[in-house]
Amino acid sequence: MKVNTMAEFMAKGEQPEVLFWVGCAGSFDQRAQKITKAFATILDKAGVNYAILGKEEACTGDPARRAGNEFMFQMMAYQNIQVLNGYNIKKIVTTCPHCFNTLKNEYPVLGGNYEVIHHTQFLQELIEQGKIKFTDSNEWKGKSITYHDSCYLGRANEIYEAPRKVLESLDMELREMKRCKSKGLCCGAGGAQMFKEEEKGDKRINTERADEALATKSDFVASACPFCNTMMTDGIKNRAEEVHTEVLDIAEIIAKAIK
Amino acid sequence: MALIAEILFSILTGTALFFFCKNLLAIRRNILIGKASFINDHPGRRWKQVLLLAFGQKKMFRNPLVAILHLFVYVGFIVINIELLEIIVDGITGSHRAFAPLLGNCYILLINSFEVLAALVLIACVVFYSRRNIIRLKRFISKDLNGWPKTDANIILITEVVLMSLFLIMNATDPASHFLISSYLKPLFNNFNESQLAIIEHSAWWLHIIGIYAFMNYLPYSKHLHIILAFPNAYYAPLIPKGTMHNMQSIQNEVLYAMQPEMAPTEATAPEKFGAKDVMDLSWKNLMDAYSCTECGRCSAACPANLTGKLLSPRKIMMSTRDRLEAVGKNIDTNKIFIEDGKSLLHDYITIEELRACTTCNACVEECPVSISPMDIILELRRSLVMEESNAPAEWNGMFSNIENNFAPWKFSPDDRDAWTSQS
Repeated sequence: MKVNTMAEFMAKGEQPEVLFWVGCAGSFDQRAQKITKAFATILDKAGVNYAILGKEEACTGDPARRAGNEFMFQMMAYQNIQVLNGYNIKKIVTTCPHCFNTLKNEYPVLGGNYEVIHHTQFLQELIEQGKIKFTDSNEWKGKSITYHDSCYLGRANEIYEAPRKVLESLDMELREMKRCKSKGLCCGAGGAQMFKEEEKGDKRINTERADEALATKSDFVASACPFCNTMMTDGIKNRAEEVHTEVLDIAEIIAKAIK
Repeated sequence: MALIAEILFSILTGTALFFFCKNLLAIRRNILIGKASFINDHPGRRWKQVLLLAFGQKKMFRNPLVAILHLFVYVGFIVINIELLEIIVDGITGSHRAFAPLLGNCYILLINSFEVLAALVLIACVVFYSRRNIIRLKRFISKDLNGWPKTDANIILITEVVLMSLFLIMNATDPASHFLISSYLKPLFNNFNESQLAIIEHSAWWLHIIGIYAFMNYLPYSKHLHIILAFPNAYYAPLIPKGTMHNMQSIQNEVLYAMQPEMAPTEATAPEKFGAKDVMDLSWKNLMDAYSCTECGRCSAACPANLTGKLLSPRKIMMSTRDRLEAVGKNIDTNKIFIEDGKSLLHDYITIEELRACTTCNACVEECPVSISPMDIILELRRSLVMEESNAPAEWNGMFSNIENNFAPWKFSPDDRDAWTSQS
């Protein structure tokens, strides 16, 4: 698919309305790439004028900072803010809650001030504005789904409603897990845990969360974070339930129903 | 005789207040061992937090039944302490129910409401005691509480029960009074004659007030300080989204000077310690958090690491921080200044394994009814581990070098960052 970069916009002397911050997972992880492509497809169909940074994008520094490596974080932040400010970026949408949190909350004090929104918020806006229209017989109608709150979207930034509203707009049956919203249980990936083995314990965190999701007996598990998606998918595979319960990002669900 | 009692009472009150204030000042001194950080932006929003979180106990209502029982104890504590005023006046002047003639019928209403509250506090404390010792809720039988903390909690509950009973007995044995709850207790004392009743009443009165003074002076040594510190802790709780990590200006500058050497100041500044190795490297708010913790364990019950059997327990992080802080405080008491004791919060009180298990999910912060952030301490200790000791698991070192060289936590070529656009 053709996706314009900021460099290309700049060459034409134009400015997109929003920058799509893809994130490392969305760029490199095979599973997360599907989410990226689904979201880009939605943006195209909804007629959103957007750009990516392409090769100029770099890790926000989130995992380094949370692991304790502030130097690495500050280096990445410096570099990214130079690029973003160089392009005079005003608005950023991202499919990764970790990038979202860092760009929105941690870059301003370093000189990077942007309006940052998460893709579930953007999807909710597009649906409300009528820019996303669903096919008459979309395959989701009446299907049951449970939404797994991402910690960095939920507790960290108090975004609980946008992802749920988006799912409800598809007439899906939303089933809540026992621990949801501000009580939502982590998937186990945050705080740079994604990049190391879990500490010694008696259960894996993602198995615990997958069990809870499976207990809702939903057809699908919705995620809004590429890391949660990986963790939930693995957890459900551990229980050999992947045939019955598929983990999908909200963008993937919308992409399949959009006209 | 009466004069002796009055003098005795005055001395008792003075001594109790003196030691209480002395201990509070010692705690204040310990809290201020922490690093200075100025927190006083948006006072309006901060007072709102005090109203909602401390007075309104908003977080407690995540479990309404427990919240209501706790509310009885809390309202009972505050309201019954109004009665304390009268007790002190009676004690010092030798009067009996000094406020009764002043307040008339209102006085009866007042004492009746105190009695109802006392009964409710009594019931709530019995329920709380059985939750800990008979029902044995998971968060109360955790190994975090082995030894003194478990005893501490029970001492507090038993003291409450005893104090409330004494208050009711004192009213029941006062022949002139007929109050709502204590009048039901009167039959218990039918077999006593008037002078015996007077002795019981007096003893109950004295034991009640001595009990209150003892409790007051027990507070600084117990986990129960939240009844005072919950208020400032709510005021100083962060107003920013919970996902925000505190910025390290010194490192921000260092990176800036490396990238733009023209910005660097000509005089080199002394390098500071990175992150926190010991309590004096934490902020005073972190240390006030430690004193505010009532060891309820809501944090650990919600912690994904703890509930899947990892070593990390956010409650234990707070308890260890307080233990270390008190050791440092004692060290200062003995030596006037802190003398290196070969120990530190990191390693000796909190282990690497605990720190490594945190997913930074903020569940502990969200659950805490008194606005404590165990996560903040965990992250500051992690900074010290990585930046001062270069102590990270091999996978994290790999991740750091990938970010440095490939601008992503995995070993992919940065040139492939937009490769997804050309995939089908």
